Amino acid sequence: MNADLFANEFFAILANPEFWVAVLRIATPLILGTLGVLLCERAGVLNLGIEGIMVAGAFTGWLAVHGGAPLWAGVLVAAVTGALLGLLHALLTVGLALSQHVSGLGITMLASALSYYGYRVSFPKVSTPPTITPFAEMDWLNVPILAQQSPLTLLALLLVPLIAYVLYRTPVGLALRMVGENPQAAEGQGVSVAALRSGAIVAGSALMGVAGSFLTLSAFNAFFFNMVNGRGWICIALVVFASWRPGKALAGALLFALFDALQLRLQQSGSAVLPYQLYLMLPYLLSIVALILVARQASYPQALMKPYRKGER
Amino acid sequence: MRLEKRAQNSAIALALAPVGALAFTLLVSALLVLWAGAPVGQAYGLLLKGGFGSVFALSETLTRAIPLTLTGLAATVAFKARLFNIGAEGQLYVGALAAVAVGGLHGGSGLALPTPLLFVLMMTAAALAGALLLLGPALMKARLGVDEVVTTLLLNFIVLLFVSLMLDGPMKDPGAMGWPQSVALQDELTLSKLIAQTRVHTGLLWAWTLAVIVWALMRFSVQGFNIRALGANSRAAKFAGVPVTRTVVLVAMLSGALAGLAGAIEVAGRTGYLTLDMSPGYGYTGIVIAMLAVLHPLGVVFASVFVAGVLVGADSMSRAVGVPTYIADVIVAASLISVLVATSLTQYRIRWK
Repeated sequence: MNADLFANEFFAILANPEFWVAVLRIATPLILGTLGVLLCERAGVLNLGIEGIMVAGAFTGWLAVHGGAPLWAGVLVAAVTGALLGLLHALLTVGLALSQHVSGLGITMLASALSYYGYRVSFPKVSTPPTITPFAEMDWLNVPILAQQSPLTLLALLLVPLIAYVLYRTPVGLALRMVGENPQAAEGQGVSVAALRSGAIVAGSALMGVAGSFLTLSAFNAFFFNMVNGRGWICIALVVFASWRPGKALAGALLFALFDALQLRLQQSGSAVLPYQLYLMLPYLLSIVALILVARQASYPQALMKPYRKGER
Repeated sequence: MRLEKRAQNSAIALALAPVGALAFTLLVSALLVLWAGAPVGQAYGLLLKGGFGSVFALSETLTRAIPLTLTGLAATVAFKARLFNIGAEGQLYVGALAAVAVGGLHGGSGLALPTPLLFVLMMTAAALAGALLLLGPALMKARLGVDEVVTTLLLNFIVLLFVSLMLDGPMKDPGAMGWPQSVALQDELTLSKLIAQTRVHTGLLWAWTLAVIVWALMRFSVQGFNIRALGANSRAAKFAGVPVTRTVVLVAMLSGALAGLAGAIEVAGRTGYLTLDMSPGYGYTGIVIAMLAVLHPLGVVFASVFVAGVLVGADSMSRAVGVPTYIADVIVAASLISVLVATSLTQYRIRWK
């Protein structure tokens, strides 16, 4: 294979609108998940429960729809599942001030185990996963690329300015950021650190649940084992890359999805000479590289991962 | 709701905490067993019998406890220094990969070394591979402040893909009929059985010996003191003259090496070759074990037998009464969370005002 051929193929991929449709589709769960992580971390709490919460959201949302509920009710069920798991994380990390690392990993393990258990109890004998009718494309929308997306993608895109507005232009947003930077000072201003942190974790976890439901209700039409496949961890990396800003989180998720879509296309193209595993490694490698690149100027919320106990210094 | 530090820790509460946590976990799991439509009493009876009820059951449990002890130790050492190594799964696989590379390829690397020497070389390679895999994230944390949780987690995925690549290519067993498995270790390099007719092998003695060594190292050596100091309060440790970067590097090498050995011992003791499903998440379960053992190296020995018993018992119970095997993962995860809550309640009291 010569370099010219490769370049031609490369530009052919980029010129194809289908490619950009795929980019936006791949980016959707990442945008939702990253916004969820962002809310938690801005309030000072790491939420490693994301990977499991996405599994649980994917499962419960899909189960509801499979049981006859409308698609949007499925999304709501996923959000509530996420919120409940978030509440557990809040009880452990804010209420009991336990290690945020360990609590989050515990929730990931518990939520995935419960989902897989629930799936097997509900469908003991199936060999091919049962399917549902996923969200249709938004034909009514007269925007190129976006019209071929699921309404959940539109929701994700609209949430970016909304969350940015809440964080930077409302008293609640200010208080939430303060709680993540200097909880003592916030408490001194009459802000309840525990309430705000818990609220942020619950809201963020609900978004993670919705991110998971996108996989079963839009991207695919069934629930598989290992379907989240590290997307949650990638969101944790993307938030650092985005320096905890919603707009940059969107940009990061899109950039990441661009590379992911590109590796998928290159994998399938005629000029694929490398083993497929190398292409699949790319998203994970990129996340690590991104973390290294921004390491020097990363401005972590000052109180991130620091448990706060009222009256203790 | 607020927390108030208890003035004195009651010894009874401390002893009752794990019991209460276990009772709570079993209660929650009982509801799930009921959901699956199985009789709870019988299911738990079968779980206990399948995990500990016979020589065979016990031998299976101990076999499963071997890699879990080692990954549990890996997590213990790292977490003690507040280096959150979530990458034991990947370190286990590179360890196994290195072991096969030394002891399996070209009929034992074609090195024509005497067996004992080749065996030492194989174990060293595995330990080194695991250690080096963790060294990267540890240095990135120490030098650049990159969170090691994310990097070690992401490396797990990269390593699994790399293993898959190796099993498709250079390490593929040509005789495996397209089944993705590596070439086998030389017969002389495999570990011998502890009990005839069972799968439990001398790797158990390795694991337990390493637990004692790690305990002694943490308890009595200067390095062990440095590790504990770094974990207790890194600023104070730095001020007191603990060489921070050097200690982080040491912890990473030790933790990664233990996880790497887990992989090599699995290959040498149980499978004889490497497959992609060799570890059903031993690396992650090791973290649970470390927490259940309250980060005590000797506690890891007991916690890993308990967890292994639950996993093995749940397997046989699920076959008998039709409860999905995932019940074992639920029990393990729920016991982690309830033990955390229980131990925290022995130190703090909740004031509802």
